[in-house]
Amino acid sequence: MTLEAKERRLGWGLVAPALVWTGAFFVLPFVAMLALSFAHMEGRTVVHGFGAGNYVRAFTDWTMVKALVNSLEITVLVTVVSVVLAYPLAAIIAFRVPARWQRLALLMAVLPFWTSYVVRSYSWLLVLGQNGVVNKTLLGLGLIAEPLEIASTRTATVIGFVHFFVMLLTLTIYANLIQLSPNYMRAAQDLGAGRWQTFRHVVLPLTLPGVVTGAFLTFVLCIGDYITPQILGGNAELTLPQLIMLQMGRSGNFPLASALSVVLMGVVTLAYFLSARWLRLDRL
Amino acid sequence: MRVLGWIYMALAYVFVFLPVAVLVAFSFQDGRLPVPPFQGFSLRWYEKVLGNDDLMAALGNSFLVAVVSSAIALVLGFLAAHALARVRLPGSVLMRGVLIAPMTVSYLIIALGLLTMFGAAGVKLSLWTVGAGHVVINLPLCFAICFAAMGDQQRSAERAARDLGAAEWQVLWHISAPMLAAPLAAAFFLSVTFSWDEFIIAFLLTRFDVTLPVEIWSMLRSGLSPATNAVGSLVFLVSVTLVVALELLVFRRAK
Amino acid sequence: MTAGVSVRGVSQRYGGALALDDVSLEIMAGEFVVLLGPSGCGKTTLLNLIGGFAEPTRGQVLIGGKDMAGVAPKERPTTTVFQDYALFPHMSLAENVGFGLRMRGVAKAERMARAEEMLALVGLDGRGDRRPHELSGGQRQRVALARALAVSPDVLLLDEPLGALDLKLRRAMQDELKAIQRRVGTTFVHVTHDQEEAMGIADRIVVMNGGKIEDQGPPREVYMRPKSLFAAGFMGEVNRIKVKGGVSALGMMAVPDGVLCIRPEAISTAGALRLGPCRVRDAAFFGGYVRAHVVPVAAPDMVLVVHLPQGAEVAEGQVLDLGASAHVVL
Repeated sequence: MTLEAKERRLGWGLVAPALVWTGAFFVLPFVAMLALSFAHMEGRTVVHGFGAGNYVRAFTDWTMVKALVNSLEITVLVTVVSVVLAYPLAAIIAFRVPARWQRLALLMAVLPFWTSYVVRSYSWLLVLGQNGVVNKTLLGLGLIAEPLEIASTRTATVIGFVHFFVMLLTLTIYANLIQLSPNYMRAAQDLGAGRWQTFRHVVLPLTLPGVVTGAFLTFVLCIGDYITPQILGGNAELTLPQLIMLQMGRSGNFPLASALSVVLMGVVTLAYFLSARWLRLDRL
Repeated sequence: MRVLGWIYMALAYVFVFLPVAVLVAFSFQDGRLPVPPFQGFSLRWYEKVLGNDDLMAALGNSFLVAVVSSAIALVLGFLAAHALARVRLPGSVLMRGVLIAPMTVSYLIIALGLLTMFGAAGVKLSLWTVGAGHVVINLPLCFAICFAAMGDQQRSAERAARDLGAAEWQVLWHISAPMLAAPLAAAFFLSVTFSWDEFIIAFLLTRFDVTLPVEIWSMLRSGLSPATNAVGSLVFLVSVTLVVALELLVFRRAK
Repeated sequence: MTAGVSVRGVSQRYGGALALDDVSLEIMAGEFVVLLGPSGCGKTTLLNLIGGFAEPTRGQVLIGGKDMAGVAPKERPTTTVFQDYALFPHMSLAENVGFGLRMRGVAKAERMARAEEMLALVGLDGRGDRRPHELSGGQRQRVALARALAVSPDVLLLDEPLGALDLKLRRAMQDELKAIQRRVGTTFVHVTHDQEEAMGIADRIVVMNGGKIEDQGPPREVYMRPKSLFAAGFMGEVNRIKVKGGVSALGMMAVPDGVLCIRPEAISTAGALRLGPCRVRDAAFFGGYVRAHVVPVAAPDMVLVVHLPQGAEVAEGQVLDLGASAHVVL
């Protein structure tokens, strides 16, 4: 056997475990779910078959369409707001804070990242709830007469999401900014670019792949999340993951839940192709 | 302009810390509700939480699942990254894509898929099924971190080791892994935190042995309680200690 | 302890490019051979084929008479000193040097003793517990050499080992390399693009270009009697004068047809092959010699480079009657 063949055999041996695991516990389950999405329910039993009924329902039943629209609206809003809020924060830490304090500043900025995800949403409930800190403070100051209805609304969901993703994006954007050689900025300014022009023509284009990668990650995590809308948004306005959980839990309609999941994945795939040009998923 | 920047930063910190501050503050509430007004300082909720057997069992389960699944994800990811970074294999771009793919799929979908498959195959749900799912979500992360960390310096040291008579496992054990100690540790600890904190897979894929996030979830169902604050504060304390320790041990030394 | 290397009709193709084109080379046991050439000439590819880091598209490599086809680097009786040294940063110097023996299952005490012995050979005795990052470039180079020699290879391959060192250190290291090779008696195959380094250490220089061997022989032979224009030019500066039918731009010359090659230091006011009167365009003192550009009176478009003796006093515009004491026609 040639050296190259030996080496290749070794290479296959080393990738195989990871591939087999991904195949068995990711690809195969997905295929199973896909197959199930074409089945239908008769009473409380699943009848396997090949029908598009679940998909038709997903796009015609008003509850389902509304959930999809809600999810999309919330996710897009959260992604945009988070990027807009995180970029300046990352830039201030990267360019204003003295180098020796940067790691500390960053660590502090993302410290609440390390609270339990479930607990973090719950904490916002304490802040935004009817008897929460915000309402009590505003009432105490006499700024409002009645407590504001923030909890169990879309606003609460968005605030909870933005809190989490601002931290995530600050991390990824900072990592991108700090890699920029200061000479790019110096060169731009040396050639007569103002602060805004330097940002617009040099810094932004160079950090765009990092920002898009972070935004894509935000999109994926946000649109698929069940916890935050369930705790903060309540059942007033369902998102797609809430609807999927509802179909599984209350009605035991796994085929419909599967079909809705496939739709959810389709949306993510669409987002992937829209941002693929700038994505660097293997270089996070 | 300069002042505006600092103000912005201060506001950002307030926003980021607000819920955590409220969480921790009201974990000491001497009353039944973790909302204003503050009725006095008490440690009784901590006492109650630490004496809760279900909660402690969930904590143990979470720890076990996190460590075991992260270790498996790290080993698989490291070996695959080594192979794909070093050996020219046909279809390597496709393989990289497949290994990274779970990163782009919502946990809910992964969980639902696994639930469907385990159901069809008659596999009983347990901490093992949760662990299998957690390996799936952490494998791309471990793979990506290892793959990105494999630079020319490692490549040439590995070549030298082979030249000096090292078999491939010896190269991996004596050269590649020690040289990548910092990224490997980072990948492992990140995986542990993700698994530790993961809710939906753990919620759907186990019945009786639940993990901590699932246990906290069921606590939430009975409404607001300073006990939940106490658990949350404890988890936060442990995580932050871990992060700071990691920062000091691994990243300081790596420099 | 030492073995010869036979390279027989070896070609190496990378994609569409031919890195080596039917190269054959016999290296004797204990010989110090230098592969010399510009980057991309195929010298490193040839070294990789001997070390087993690549396999030839066609042809055979034999070490000590054994065919090396399908034999991995770790099974070959060769070790390599890499250009970037490839020292293991997480191991001490002694652990680095003892690594090969460790892989061969040698007990710790024995390999530590051997490591110390090898470190002594390269002048780093007593520093076995240091780490690579504490060393200077030259010291790292020595450790890499000690590590490669510790397993007593039959053939040591050196891939531009002095390339990362500054000039002074390089000259000092090359003397040391030569002395160590004499002491251990191992066959050394050394790759470089520095012809002075090659002449300083080689028993035999192999000049390569475009995937082929242009010339080979002892340094003096290759320098004084190169077999190709490329070899002549790569070994050092050379003046080229076209001659056809006994006539050149300088007038009649009693040499065969071809390109007359004359080294700058072969030209002086003496010399059997007369070049005729030449006007000095400029001259500069270089320490060991005076370097001048001269324009032959008979050929105003031609410029010759001349190295005159240290004591020569020449002025711009002065006319010298020059001749060459050695030449070769290619």
